[in-house]
Amino acid sequence: MNNTLLSTRKRSVGEWVKSGSPWVWLNAGAVAISLVLVIGLLGLIAFRGLGHFWPGQIIVADYQPPGQTIRTVAGEITDSEEVPATRLESSGLDVVDGQELYTRDLLKQGNRDLSGADFVWIVDEWLSSRQYPENIMVLERREWGNFYGFLESVQEGGATVVTGESAWTIFNERLDRALVIYEAIYQIEKHDIGSINASIEQLRLAERRLELSGDIDPVRQAEIQAERKLLNQEYQQLETQLRDLYRAFNRDSFVARTVDGQTLEQPISKVVRAYQPNTMSLTDKIGFYFDKVGEFILDDPREANTEGGVFPAIFGTVMMVILMSIMVTPFGVIAAVYLREYANQGWMTRAIRVAVNNLAGVPSIVYGVFGLGFFIYFAGAKIDNLFFAEALPSPTFGTPGLLWASITLALLTLPVVIVATEEGLSRIPRSVREGSLALGATKAETLWRVVLPMASPAMMTGLILAVARAAGEVAPLMLVGVVKLAPSLPLDGNYPYLHLDQKFMHLGFHIFDVGFQSPNVEAARPLVYATALLLVIVIAVLNLSAVAIRNRLREKYKSLED
Amino acid sequence: MYQKSINNSPGIDFNAPALKKYRSLRFLKDRLARWGVASGGLGVILAILLIFFYLLYEVLPLFKSAEITQVSSYPSIQTSGDTKKVPMFLSVEEQAEVAMKAEASGNLRFFSAETGERLKNEPLPVPAGSEVAQVVKSDSSSNLMAAGLSTGEIILFEQGYRITWPDDRRKITPEVSYPYDRQPLAISGLSAPVSQLAISDGEDKLLVAASIYNQLVMEAFKKEEDYLTESVTIERQSVTVPVVSGLSAGEELDIRQLLIDPEQTWLYVLSGSNQLTMININDIDRPYIHETLNLTTQGVDVTELTFLLGGVSLLVGDSEGNIAQWFMVREDGSLNLKRIRSFSLGNDPVDKIVPEHRRKGFLASDINGQVGLFYTTANRSLLVEPMAAGRIDQMAVAPRGNYLILESQGETQFLKIENEHPEISWSALWGKVWYESYSQPDYIWQSSASNNDFEPKLSLMPLSFGTLKAAFYAMLLAAPLAICAAIYTAYFMAPGMRRKVKPVIELMEALPTVILGFLAGLWLAPLIENQLVGIFVLLLFVPAGILIFAFGWDSLPSSIRHRIPDGMQAGLLVPVVLVSGALAMSLSSSLELWLFDDDMSTWLTTELGIPYDQRNALVVGLAMGFAVIPTIFSIAEDAIFSVPRHLTYGSLALGATPWQTLTRVVLLTASPGIFSAVMIGMGRAVGETMIVLMATGNTPIMDANIFEGMRTLAANIAVEMPESEVGSSHYRILFLAALVLFLFTFVVNTVAEMVRHRLRKKYSSL
Repeated sequence: MNNTLLSTRKRSVGEWVKSGSPWVWLNAGAVAISLVLVIGLLGLIAFRGLGHFWPGQIIVADYQPPGQTIRTVAGEITDSEEVPATRLESSGLDVVDGQELYTRDLLKQGNRDLSGADFVWIVDEWLSSRQYPENIMVLERREWGNFYGFLESVQEGGATVVTGESAWTIFNERLDRALVIYEAIYQIEKHDIGSINASIEQLRLAERRLELSGDIDPVRQAEIQAERKLLNQEYQQLETQLRDLYRAFNRDSFVARTVDGQTLEQPISKVVRAYQPNTMSLTDKIGFYFDKVGEFILDDPREANTEGGVFPAIFGTVMMVILMSIMVTPFGVIAAVYLREYANQGWMTRAIRVAVNNLAGVPSIVYGVFGLGFFIYFAGAKIDNLFFAEALPSPTFGTPGLLWASITLALLTLPVVIVATEEGLSRIPRSVREGSLALGATKAETLWRVVLPMASPAMMTGLILAVARAAGEVAPLMLVGVVKLAPSLPLDGNYPYLHLDQKFMHLGFHIFDVGFQSPNVEAARPLVYATALLLVIVIAVLNLSAVAIRNRLREKYKSLED
Repeated sequence: MYQKSINNSPGIDFNAPALKKYRSLRFLKDRLARWGVASGGLGVILAILLIFFYLLYEVLPLFKSAEITQVSSYPSIQTSGDTKKVPMFLSVEEQAEVAMKAEASGNLRFFSAETGERLKNEPLPVPAGSEVAQVVKSDSSSNLMAAGLSTGEIILFEQGYRITWPDDRRKITPEVSYPYDRQPLAISGLSAPVSQLAISDGEDKLLVAASIYNQLVMEAFKKEEDYLTESVTIERQSVTVPVVSGLSAGEELDIRQLLIDPEQTWLYVLSGSNQLTMININDIDRPYIHETLNLTTQGVDVTELTFLLGGVSLLVGDSEGNIAQWFMVREDGSLNLKRIRSFSLGNDPVDKIVPEHRRKGFLASDINGQVGLFYTTANRSLLVEPMAAGRIDQMAVAPRGNYLILESQGETQFLKIENEHPEISWSALWGKVWYESYSQPDYIWQSSASNNDFEPKLSLMPLSFGTLKAAFYAMLLAAPLAICAAIYTAYFMAPGMRRKVKPVIELMEALPTVILGFLAGLWLAPLIENQLVGIFVLLLFVPAGILIFAFGWDSLPSSIRHRIPDGMQAGLLVPVVLVSGALAMSLSSSLELWLFDDDMSTWLTTELGIPYDQRNALVVGLAMGFAVIPTIFSIAEDAIFSVPRHLTYGSLALGATPWQTLTRVVLLTASPGIFSAVMIGMGRAVGETMIVLMATGNTPIMDANIFEGMRTLAANIAVEMPESEVGSSHYRILFLAALVLFLFTFVVNTVAEMVRHRLRKKYSSL
């Protein structure tokens, strides 16, 4: 093993090569490269994902490309790179002779409604009189992305309330008020009206069911009509309430000015968050940072998923994984117990074992295709015809949804659980089983009281690995149930509470969708990094705990074997 | 209870009734558990096997051959007093319930296709003393039909079917309408029978070509739509057709068939025994003869000529029982009609050719009642069977291609065609196919398009090629890196470090591929495009840096060298890799400026003619290679690490250097394990979906160029499956793709597993 022991004296290059030492070093290099790749990748995701929430300094500067008029720009510099002069030239800019490389910054200037694009590339060398004014503010809005500029005045019902220095404080007070009203509106729109709509739909289905079975009678119909009327009344009430709330919500507005002199008047209700990053102290920034992280984890997405949070995606992923675990664990364990404890250990069992093992290597998309064809188009359509005929022609289970996604992934992860459980069972020494049998216990009792408890950590390992695999799998889900934006969560307060037939959002698909299908990729990218980081953390934690459990398990049985 | 009996009595009565009962309950439970577990376990295993059988079940219909079965047969309806016994035209509507035939008297007779029951009789406004000589239909997208009369006039009409649902039952009512003018239109001044007729109903003009007295005449009608009433009026414009000849002067031209293509560019005139003249009528004011050619060799006559769906291909039936497909091919800048492929119906002359309405297939019959069913793109003769005792007078296929109606010798037959997937054949999936309007046979995947008469191009070759290309570039990176890393980790690395390094690399395996794909597509692809030179310099710098550092380190005095224990070189090299990598990247821009005139990707395209896509095989190779490294590493490392120690000790004791021991003893012994590691890695690369989906442009091209993208089988499924119609050929082909992936990975993994199993046995015997 000791490759350098021989080389105690100075040698020529030729001898060095002959000793084989360079090859060993190159192999060591491969390990080093692999390590750099892994850690670099995780670092990249962590850096980009975590950096997104930090409030950056807002720069205001004059920008003058050669031969063009001077203009003032403002925003956050989010990226920069070196480019050769010719590439700038080819994009229509006049470059000065002599300089071959330029630094190009990606400036997030916001104000998409005023300027058209919220990201621009600017050449660093052409910036002058840079400053970081204290009173420049950033407004996160419900539409059109961020606004960067200076607050001029606050208005109420069209009349100016305050201008100048104190406007910022008043603005913040009114913003807080608007946000409180927004909560109330959200509550009514999402929950109260949602539940009324669900009840009305239930009524419609009940009526249709009666129609289909042929025993509809005027009495029952009148009852349904009465109920529907009641619900409609309730709905009207909520409508009025909403109208009042909206009036209060849209009471205030503000006037702001951008650095290039344009003014913008907007209702305060359009603003989600306002801050002045250049005046924030470090503690403010840390507070702001955690506030943003909280929003990311707990809020709904905004603006075609490119802003706001990923809560529905987290919720959908968790729901799917839980349902999958409920299905995969018992079946996986029973199959493993059968293969290890009951089946004859002949060539047949060995072949099955190899086949099950290899199914773990079958591409996940194949499971997706199977799920779509067998579960959705075949089984789902049958279920619809038998039990949900009243909803037809709109399918209930004959369309991708949470249930089918969970079952498909359960099938996908079944080999993982079987293999892990089998390994656990095979590690239990014979002596333990024989001891139990010798004391007169039946095989089932031995299994239930002795073997399975001892194998439980192995099952846990299998389950955790299965969950980790399922949480990161996207390809099959694209066929069997995820959507980019689900209107409601699969678990809510409306009967039947758990909506197995609903489509859901998923963290992995969210990454794919926002990163690749979104119209504004630049704006969405930081959020995708953050989502990726979240997913990596979840999966790394799951995997590491599986490793830890496995190691503890090994220790445990080592002492038994002695 | 137990306790009590043990304490109270010196001997235990094991046969006490309570105990007996308890015991039998326990045994019952045991048996139940046995059955429960066995049935549950077997059920789960069967469920897994179900995947395979279900995929197979969805795929198998693709390879079923066609079948034609008779539904009913009845004597043809004949109007009394009709001079000709033979119908002029026969058709079936969409639902294959109602059929229509046109008789020489100008009667349009609608009848039930299945029973022959008369439904409606609609006489065309044929002037007294005149008779219908020919009935033709415009191309498939329009319903317009024309009847040519014996007086040299034509009647334009449309047949339509109205569907109503009285009492929840479908009722189809046939209707005849006259979109232009009810009165017959005179085509030429001649009052002679219209012997051949062709019409084309285009967007803005209606073309009519006819042969009257063996003279070719043509008229164009400009259509003008009144936007308020939506009624269309037509304005006549006569066309001077160039003289079609090839015959000596004075001889009459025997025009046997006329066809106008739906684009209204070509008028095909078949004359003599086999001469086809193509007249370009694109500019209706100045038509000219484009080409004249013989469709068959001397001695063989053309017996039937018709369009395939879409009007691009001509189907030519000849007197030797062959049907050839011809279409225009652009060669060296000129358009020429070319014979593409042919089908054989038997040895008797071909009599009728009926194209399908929605697919590129057709039916043909010969003079003895033999009927054949063919599909052009797939080059498939699906079925050739005798259907009637003699010549078939007329036949028509339903628009959905599922029913056939034919009349022969006074008998009408209604037949069901089972021909779900004619598009698929071995040659269509895996061979080069000459598609319509292409200049040569090619491998193409293009499964759908917006228009109706589109020819699906379902070659799996570009997808399989893309799959292997992606896997190849991934393995190019992953295999050497992972095997070298495995060798070092298993054989040279200090045990303490190995315990830490191995889980870190294996952690990569759990990284969701969607994240790798996202990074590859949005971070790596632009990076590589900007720093292409840097990437290649990196390949040179990093190994060089490692070697230079290694030599320097080995030349250091031993007092310094021995501070770092052996087997820790990998740790020392991490900064070396970082520094040399950073150096390569920082040099990238200036090198690019110096070597490639600013931009290597543009330079590649302009100087070498190599196209450069931003999302290309290099990006996929790097990203997917990264995903495969841990798989290969983990298995190869296990194989090398478990080589029995006494083998290496023996070799070292005999004076071999560690490197010699490694290459001549350890690697040889562990090579099956390393092989199976590469196989399993390969299986993973082949089936990977998300990385390829996100890191390439997903264009199904066949080009090994590392700077271009590809589309793989797996990505193709992900892209097209959600839009595919259930049960269609496209849907089943996607299942076939999934089955191919399944079998490939399953076989590869099984082989690898068996190799590993044998290796383990060998180790335990050593």
